[in-house]
Amino acid sequence: MSEVAQEKQDLPAIERCHVLICAGAACVASGAMEVEAAMKSKISALNLEAEVSLFDTGCVGTCDLGPVVIVYPEGTFYVKLKPADAEEIVTEHLLKGRVVQRLLSKDADHVEVPSIFEHPFFAKQKRIALRNLGVINPESIDEYIAVGGYASLGKVLEMTQDEVIKLVLDSGLRGRGGAGFPTGRKWAFAKAVEADQKYVIINGDEGDPGAFMDRSVLEGDPHSVIEGLAIAGYAIGATQGYAYVRAEYPLAIKRLQIAIDQAREYGLLGKGIFGKFDFDLEIRKGAGAFVCGEETALMRSIEGMRGQPRPKPPFPAVSGLWGKPTIINNVETLANVPAIIQNGPFWYSSFGTETSKGTKVFALAGNINNTGLIEVPFGTTLREVVFEIGGGIPNGKEFKAVQAGGPSGGCIPASLLDIPLDYESLQKAGAIVGSGGLIVMDSDTCMVDVARFFLEFTVDESCGQCTPCREGTKRMLEILTKITKGRGTLEDITKLETLAKAITQTSLCQLGITAPNPVLSTLRYFRDEYLAHVVDKTCPAKVCRELITFDILPDKCTGCTICARNCPTHAISGERKQAHVIDQSACIKCGECLVRCKFDAVVKV
Amino acid sequence: MAINESCCCSAEEEAAVQAAINDFEPIRTNLIPILHRIQDELGQIPGWAMEAVADKLDIPLADVWGTASFYTMFDLKGRAKHIIRLCESPPCHITGAKKVLEALKDELGIEPGEVTEDGLFGLELVSCFGVCGVAPAMIVDHQVYGNLTPEMVPDVIAKYREG
Repeated sequence: MSEVAQEKQDLPAIERCHVLICAGAACVASGAMEVEAAMKSKISALNLEAEVSLFDTGCVGTCDLGPVVIVYPEGTFYVKLKPADAEEIVTEHLLKGRVVQRLLSKDADHVEVPSIFEHPFFAKQKRIALRNLGVINPESIDEYIAVGGYASLGKVLEMTQDEVIKLVLDSGLRGRGGAGFPTGRKWAFAKAVEADQKYVIINGDEGDPGAFMDRSVLEGDPHSVIEGLAIAGYAIGATQGYAYVRAEYPLAIKRLQIAIDQAREYGLLGKGIFGKFDFDLEIRKGAGAFVCGEETALMRSIEGMRGQPRPKPPFPAVSGLWGKPTIINNVETLANVPAIIQNGPFWYSSFGTETSKGTKVFALAGNINNTGLIEVPFGTTLREVVFEIGGGIPNGKEFKAVQAGGPSGGCIPASLLDIPLDYESLQKAGAIVGSGGLIVMDSDTCMVDVARFFLEFTVDESCGQCTPCREGTKRMLEILTKITKGRGTLEDITKLETLAKAITQTSLCQLGITAPNPVLSTLRYFRDEYLAHVVDKTCPAKVCRELITFDILPDKCTGCTICARNCPTHAISGERKQAHVIDQSACIKCGECLVRCKFDAVVKV
Repeated sequence: MAINESCCCSAEEEAAVQAAINDFEPIRTNLIPILHRIQDELGQIPGWAMEAVADKLDIPLADVWGTASFYTMFDLKGRAKHIIRLCESPPCHITGAKKVLEALKDELGIEPGEVTEDGLFGLELVSCFGVCGVAPAMIVDHQVYGNLTPEMVPDVIAKYREG
């Protein structure tokens, strides 16, 4: 064989295209693995393995469209795939180069969107923390390095600790876990304390209902979080890190472990990183306790104890894990750090508002067309997020409110849709940025019922250590339940407000302190709805079962008997072709008649 | 203190627990990782296993029990073969988890917190596990199911009934 031919054979095969399949938990739940298996077997049946590379990527963000596949270099974006569709993509697109039009995503006017680069869902976004999700294979350190990964760690090791801290301070980065404390200041506190051992911790105990950005970042770009933590470790002088990730996120734990192992193999974790720095990292799995997201509880859990918070001060930066100076940073916060080092602090602070710098990841859930993950500059309005990026409210219903910041946050009504999403504006409105969960609610949502649900969550998750949180939230829940059952009095509303104040002022940790927020904010903006439940004994959204009745409109009823045949308690009677009636004493208000009726003759009142 | 002599475990279970304990350095910080391993191996954390852990880590049994019982993912009673965990957090609630719960109760004939008579299924209501993008959702053992409708419930359950 000639030398040239030999050389040619040594070259890696040139791939025509990269096929990325979203393997975030939501897409996996929609059948992404079955789609991937179908694609793999078709690719191998057609002998395309050398030309086409297929791999998993992190959450693309369009959870409602899953399973999704992106074919690069064109960025063709296929959505809502079934295994049979996947085979068609292989035979048509990958083999013959013809885009399968019917599987493309559509815009609001039902026109096919040719590529992910032109998709309206991404148009208003600025992806920094999410920069690699849907772009690289999270299980490959080489791909992370190829997009500039670990260069920031190398750069930082050439700087002094104070220079690194100053850079992060200049960027204006604030903690993304909820409190919004400036990250650089936290680091500076820990750096200033003299100690033989310091620790840095990744807080991956994301638990707010409706927030899933930390899961997605850990699943989709674990190396950026590891790199961010190593930089934090260098800045404060810590050589050991922990990643505390909730056990409900098995895929995130698996990918993070793979990333840690790869980083160790490459000498990017362990002794003598770039010949200058020792740092290692260990995963600790949570075990189903929401309160462990609170930093002092989290550290107790790592120590092997019950995850109960302790009073602050001392703050962890002074006395944390095993009494040593410790900083705890949220996953999203850390994912931003390498990008800030790489592009400079003023690049980062050029996004956002005066006091809320940079971008924030929000999770869209609830009654919204495009559920999923988005990242926008701080200051983007709620209207832009819900209606432009989120695609508005499904089924032609009206927007009612957004719950921002989970069980510690509050709701924002339609009248405030033009509010800019930043720390200060949301706080003023009685909500918080929190972890960035936005639960969108349509006109069919009862705000008293929602407040009750959040409180039920807090009651379940209270660690039971301090009385205001343990007993107080329980009493509030009892009162709310009473109201939703139509047995509330005006005095109950006053009691709710008194209790809320006491719980906020006297609870030990943020879980208790913020627990009454959903009730207070719904009382602030939807007091009428509370009064309707209490005074008129009605539920305006027609959700609370005890406060609604089902009726049949005689002029619309055709007497088809379908409701009577499906009523589980035989509460509906009537002759064939005659209007039917509901016996209210036997009705259990299950709503089956309403669902079954084809003539809109059944109504909720 | 040796392993409780009245224990009704099999030799394999005992060996699995010993292996779990011996895999970790016997220090307090490893208590939760050890409990996780036992939970994975046995599907529960029986009293005799906690005694063995207490013995090895040299901490009081009450302390081990107190810690294990704090975390909801550790099953100290040993219940069903398959645990169905339906999310009841607000994003799932407002997108129809209630109707899915009704369907599950109908299909299984049990209320949340109960186990079917044949010991095959346990039904639990849990907090958000972060797949709000495909709400309402549930986890059966380790498999996540999203975009649930009441109509999907019988098919999912049937899969586990058949084994």
